[in-house]
Amino acid sequence: MFEVSNLKFKNILDIPFLCINNPITCIVGSSGSGKTTLLRMLNKLNVPDNGGIIYNGKDISNMDTLKLRRQVVMLGQTPVIYSGSMEDNLQIGLYFSKRVPASISAMKESLTRVELDKCLSDGCGNLSGGEKQRLCLARVMLMDAETYLLDEPSAALDKGTEQFIIENLSRFVLENNKQLIMVTHSEQIAEKFSNSIIRIENGKVIEAY
Amino acid sequence: MNDTVMNLSILQLSIAYIFVLLLLVIFKSRGIKREKQILIASTRMTIQLTLMGYVLMFVFNNPSWWLTSLMIIIMITFAIYNSINRVKTKMSKELKEIIAFSMICGALATATFFIIVVLQVRPWFNPQYFIPITGMIIGNSMTGIALGANKLCSDIEDKRIEIENSLMLGASPVVATKEIVNNAFDSAILPTMNNMLTMGIVSLPGMMTGQILSGTFPLTAIKYQIGIMLAILGSTALATVLFVTLGYKTFFTNDNRLK
Repeated sequence: MFEVSNLKFKNILDIPFLCINNPITCIVGSSGSGKTTLLRMLNKLNVPDNGGIIYNGKDISNMDTLKLRRQVVMLGQTPVIYSGSMEDNLQIGLYFSKRVPASISAMKESLTRVELDKCLSDGCGNLSGGEKQRLCLARVMLMDAETYLLDEPSAALDKGTEQFIIENLSRFVLENNKQLIMVTHSEQIAEKFSNSIIRIENGKVIEAY
Repeated sequence: MNDTVMNLSILQLSIAYIFVLLLLVIFKSRGIKREKQILIASTRMTIQLTLMGYVLMFVFNNPSWWLTSLMIIIMITFAIYNSINRVKTKMSKELKEIIAFSMICGALATATFFIIVVLQVRPWFNPQYFIPITGMIIGNSMTGIALGANKLCSDIEDKRIEIENSLMLGASPVVATKEIVNNAFDSAILPTMNNMLTMGIVSLPGMMTGQILSGTFPLTAIKYQIGIMLAILGSTALATVLFVTLGYKTFFTNDNRLK
């Protein structure tokens, strides 16, 4: 659970108070409204100029950053594929966060969850934009984090695949008692899958329900 | 074999400037606007080397530890300044300090070890040995650090998204930049290694050439050349590894955010 109070960041964000405590929260708003910046604050990629953020009762400014990021994993808007095979790319999140490597079956299951029909030994050089995005999503889901911050995780997917992936993601989050905070451009996805929606415009929360 | 070097008169030397004239003609005929720069470069080289020659004569005739040390301090200061200027990206003050630290530790430590332990020069401050050998080591370390710094700064800038993505997944800065740091080190050390591959086949290196010209027995000159190349390899490696392993940290805040 996150609690944001008196948050100010440059002239990008101004949030007097916000509580994000549902399993699945979607953040929506127009381009440049501050959605990504808010997400980055929760992962401590940016720090506020004023105010604070509490995560599960602890002020994140006093928390060890690496420890926070290993509990609160973020997936950025631009999918990043590392050198190596599909397996290397799936395992790398676990390596970064010093977790035990995933088993073959776990990796195959994560690929199935994102509908990525590839072998673990396949290279990643020829993946399409949508496939890269799905691989990155599979990577973070393998990490078994407490909270997932996903920035437009389905932006490069067609509507049909998007529905399937988000449905699987939602099921994964709910079945495993995780928290998901997702920036999405799709109002339809937000309405269908989230427990709460936060609407941001010009750096301010104009609606939270 | 002649054991004294032939003296070169001013007239003989001036004939060599025909190569500068040749370059000017080429620039002019091809429309490349570099005439001013080549004239400045060759004039500066002439003046600087001439002055250095007189300074060295004074120092050699008055050997003392403080004069030798002063020469080294001047050389290393210029090398640090030069290394920093050769980096195309804007660097923080911290990073420049790390260049200075790496150069001093890497180059000086190697030079001192080579002169005192390998060559066993006595006294250690004998300017005939200390100054030219340290100069070569400093010069090559300067090139190595500049190459490493350029690569490190440009790669961290170009791969911001990848680095931040790694941070988002819980990577520490050292892990997130491991490949970048290794590539920076590699790019610094590679020219020295390539040089070693062709040495003696494609060309005779400068130190060996100078010694042979002055009448040194070739096999002796070769031993010096091999030794100095190994020292150069060591100093470039030491200076660059210090730089990259300390330098990458300057791109991150204390709480592991990319600046």
